[in-house]
Amino acid sequence: MSSRTLFALSTLVLALAGAGTQLAFAQPKPAQLQPAGSEIAFTTRQMGVPVEGQFGKFSAQVALDPRKPETGSVSLSIDTASARFGSAELDAEVPKPTWLHAAGFPQATFQSSRIQAAGPGRFEVAGKLSIKGSTRDIVVPVQLAPVGANQVASGSFTIKRLDFRVGEAEWADTSMLANDVVVRFKLVLAGLPPL
Amino acid sequence: MALHWLLALMILGSLGVGLYMTGLPFSPARLKLYNWHKWAGVTILVLSALRLLWRLTHRPPADVPMPAWQQRASHAAHAALYALFFAVPLAGWAYSSAAGFPVVLFGVLPLPDFVGPDRALSESLKPLHQWLAYALAAVITLHIAAALKHHFIDRDGLLLRMMPARRRGAAPVQPTRS
Repeated sequence: MSSRTLFALSTLVLALAGAGTQLAFAQPKPAQLQPAGSEIAFTTRQMGVPVEGQFGKFSAQVALDPRKPETGSVSLSIDTASARFGSAELDAEVPKPTWLHAAGFPQATFQSSRIQAAGPGRFEVAGKLSIKGSTRDIVVPVQLAPVGANQVASGSFTIKRLDFRVGEAEWADTSMLANDVVVRFKLVLAGLPPL
Repeated sequence: MALHWLLALMILGSLGVGLYMTGLPFSPARLKLYNWHKWAGVTILVLSALRLLWRLTHRPPADVPMPAWQQRASHAAHAALYALFFAVPLAGWAYSSAAGFPVVLFGVLPLPDFVGPDRALSESLKPLHQWLAYALAAVITLHIAAALKHHFIDRDGLLLRMMPARRRGAAPVQPTRS
């Protein structure tokens, strides 16, 4: 290898490394999800009766500069086996294949594709929600507010359970169990740049 | 008296449904029965309140002649019945709330939860509701047995005065009890 080729190659490597560094700076630093105080809950309706459940285990990767939301990204991963209700019977039922099929699909995920500002402290996060092997595009309204040293991202949105085949066969009847499921979330984040 | 027979039907029906539904696998049919059972329970509670109000504002008919111990037993059984008319549905309602299922009457009217969702509490309210219901079933059995004894053994016409007027026939006309 001639010294010229070597020079050209090392220039290329340096240029690539520089671009990489720049990219890393363009993406905001990731925040840390604080499990204490964070929650992802959902409400279903059975014959008009609101029944609430919560996921005990989930993780989030949030990189967001609230002043430049379009550079940010959010991804969430929820353990489908961690759904908890008021009754042990539902805890045991919901991981079954008819419902979340936790054995076949251990995680439900959300990956943002676009984040937009929607007013002071408000954002619209568009992305893909995957549950039980089905993926749907959703737009999630998020409110960001400082609480102590952290920032709390919260909001709610409604999904259709049958879009994700949650509640199959005899449970597909939406007169018994409503199709709409309201999802509420509250994510306590440390290390997010201020609003 | 009309309230007595309406409540008799509803209470026996709810006891039967309650016994049957708990053995069913998790299914829409079971969910339906649970909700009907809860609606019936709340209706029993309301009708029992009306009945108690009637009972407290109207003088019940005099006892038919019977030994003093039977009279005491009869009064105690009636007091137990009234207490259980309230205790069984209230324990069931609390159990439902504690288990995270608020009661929505007839699927449209959300009732308040007087206890919040609480796993430990729900696990102690479940057997409470169950055993109170068994106690109610036991006192009802005693009540029916005593009524049949009055009718077939004592032949004192006690049962006839709980029958609708047109079928009372030759029975002595007495004020009816609700």
